[in-house]
Amino acid sequence: MAMSITQPRVDYLNHEHTLASWLLTKDHKRIGILYLLVVTAAFFVGGLFATLLRLELATPAGDYVAADTYNKLFTMHGVTMVFFVLIPAVPTILGNFVLPLMLGAKDVAFPKINLLSWYIFTTGFLFTVYAMVSGGVDTGWTFYTPYSSRASNTNVMATGLGVFITGFSSILTGLNFMVTIHRMRAPGLTWFRLPLFVWAIYATSLVQILGTPVIAITVLALAIERFLHFGIFDAALGGDPVLFQHMFWFYSHPAVYIMILPPMGAISEVIATFSRKTIFGYSFVAFSSLAIAIFGFLVWAHHMFVSGISVYSALVFSFLTYAVAIPSAIKVFNWTATLYRGAIWLQAPMMWALAFIGLFLIGGLTGIFTASLGIDVHLHDTYFVVAHFHFIMVGGAIMGYFAGLHYWWPKITGRMYSDIWAKVAAIIVFCGFNLTFGPQFILGYLGMPRRYWAYPPEFQTLNVLSSAGASILAVGYILVGIYLVASLFWGKVAGDNPWHATGLEWTTQSPPLPHNFETQPIVTEDAYEYAVREVKVG
Amino acid sequence: MAEALTAHGDHGGPHAHHPDLQHHFDTLEQQHEAATLGMWLFLITEVLFFGGLFLAYMLYRVWYPVAWAEASRELDITLGAFNTAVLIGSSLTMAMGVRAAQTGKQRATVVWILLTMALGLVFLIVKYFEYKEKFEHHHVPGVNFMFEGPQAGPAQIYFSLYFLMTGLHATHMIIGFFIMAVIAWMAHKKRFTPEWYTPVEISGLYWHFVDIVWIFLFPLLYLVDRAGHFA
Repeated sequence: MAMSITQPRVDYLNHEHTLASWLLTKDHKRIGILYLLVVTAAFFVGGLFATLLRLELATPAGDYVAADTYNKLFTMHGVTMVFFVLIPAVPTILGNFVLPLMLGAKDVAFPKINLLSWYIFTTGFLFTVYAMVSGGVDTGWTFYTPYSSRASNTNVMATGLGVFITGFSSILTGLNFMVTIHRMRAPGLTWFRLPLFVWAIYATSLVQILGTPVIAITVLALAIERFLHFGIFDAALGGDPVLFQHMFWFYSHPAVYIMILPPMGAISEVIATFSRKTIFGYSFVAFSSLAIAIFGFLVWAHHMFVSGISVYSALVFSFLTYAVAIPSAIKVFNWTATLYRGAIWLQAPMMWALAFIGLFLIGGLTGIFTASLGIDVHLHDTYFVVAHFHFIMVGGAIMGYFAGLHYWWPKITGRMYSDIWAKVAAIIVFCGFNLTFGPQFILGYLGMPRRYWAYPPEFQTLNVLSSAGASILAVGYILVGIYLVASLFWGKVAGDNPWHATGLEWTTQSPPLPHNFETQPIVTEDAYEYAVREVKVG
Repeated sequence: MAEALTAHGDHGGPHAHHPDLQHHFDTLEQQHEAATLGMWLFLITEVLFFGGLFLAYMLYRVWYPVAWAEASRELDITLGAFNTAVLIGSSLTMAMGVRAAQTGKQRATVVWILLTMALGLVFLIVKYFEYKEKFEHHHVPGVNFMFEGPQAGPAQIYFSLYFLMTGLHATHMIIGFFIMAVIAWMAHKKRFTPEWYTPVEISGLYWHFVDIVWIFLFPLLYLVDRAGHFA
């Protein structure tokens, strides 16, 4: 390793230039960039479907697309966004890039498996895209039997196979990160000195390792039932279609925490950095991640309150669902307590983070509504649920992803984007988001069911508001794409630590060296020692 | 959990770079610990993977005990028991192979691994004949399924689970067979030393796991309601 480079700085981007050096790279930083490209492509595909959905819903009549087409559109929107954007975004892009840096490691524990994960992911995505362009799929992203096993004559097999393949990418990434956190920490970096992003990734990995295999076997059983006419979920033979729902949600509910925990970790980093304070109640925030991961496995049947499950199990699942609110609330309290009397520095990442807290709060509180048995019977399968989970997944996960992306962008690229445009985009997305999904709470409460391409005329005003909000949201997202790409060409050089942040990732150059650090870092202080640092900086 | 050892220095000397030490690890111990932890985590995912099918099995066995007993009697308990013995034997040869690699007996490592592969192959051949018999008796679920009596529906669920569970297990056996072929080749090329035999050990973990799955499958599928009347 070169130790004393002065003039042209070698970094992970410029030390090799060939296409093969990217496609065969074992560097976690380059693999993070590869994920960024595929996930961004998926985000646009999913966004395109959403645009078409909101266009159709601008008028009460089903006039723009046929009912069948509409069914395919919301299914493919859900499949793309859940499996190829929300689940991978923060762990595979930001996690890949910063996790080894945060640990003071040269790479993840298994670099080849890391690259393999990307190839599996991309194969699964291409498979799913193939399924979409060759006819699409209309079962809803939940693939409920018997519709998916017997009735639907769309591309269920191909889509299911795409999801199955992608699952292994998620498993391998989780496994890789967990081993990395256990075995690759720098000297002195004890568990309670870890940045909270690492705790969040650890909790996420736990869910990926324990949950994803179950969706894999479920989808496999569904595929075999559909293709070979086996009978696992077939009521005609005495089988139980609801068993599919149990197995599906055993993964797919914890998957919500795969989506939200890593952005929560990013938010902890951003809030501490831009409040110039140590995080309030470090160990509470750290353990709340683990608590969410564990409780998350015990609540799946709250998706099934109207599926004919027993009243007693429904009571238990309802109670446990309330319990998840506790660690989630701890996080929100601790972030706000960190802000309190902090020296708040309102840079762009902080804007996205504050937007996250507000939207996640609404998403979380409306989750309490849907967790309660009586209210859920009324709200189930209405737009209230759609609004609730979009507040968590888009308002929470995507906002948190953008907060993290803006925070680490100068480290990843070495360039700074336009701060003012980033703030404008954050405000546009925040407003567009609320306008899109706020009215849907009311629509759902008034009884508009989800997954219909037409609706009674009295719902039109709220639907037009929602569609208008979606167009504002689209403008905001496109704006983010524009100024981030522009920063690569015209952005000013960011410097190694533009935010004056703690954390090992800021002690190396931007963009980092191919092997991350010139010398092995040794950690002597806790995370977020901003009080100490301010004195040092003067 | 033990901390990653960074400054241990009593194995191979400091910075005497072992050819199998990858650049991002400091020591062979750290690399070995990472690999074994990774394999254990992978095996946990495998438990959950099979777990979905065990859940379905449990549910339907409770719902349809009569169909389970009747359908289970269609399986050949002798062949099942024979295969169980074969697999337990293969776990023994595997463990001997790991031990041989650990103690630097390179020739013995190759022999034990080849024996393990041979026993795996015996298992798969016996399984083939069992499957063939099921095809001939129309016990494969689907349009050609036939089963006498009122339990035909649930019996088809039983055989669906039988084929899914044993099929998935056999797939793991086949993958294990090829992994062992690679390990045998590496051992033949004298790649393993007492300092570095991680691939043998973690492949052994995988092999034992696949055996243990069978240890559960055999009683669950073959021994339903067999008490008192063998075969």
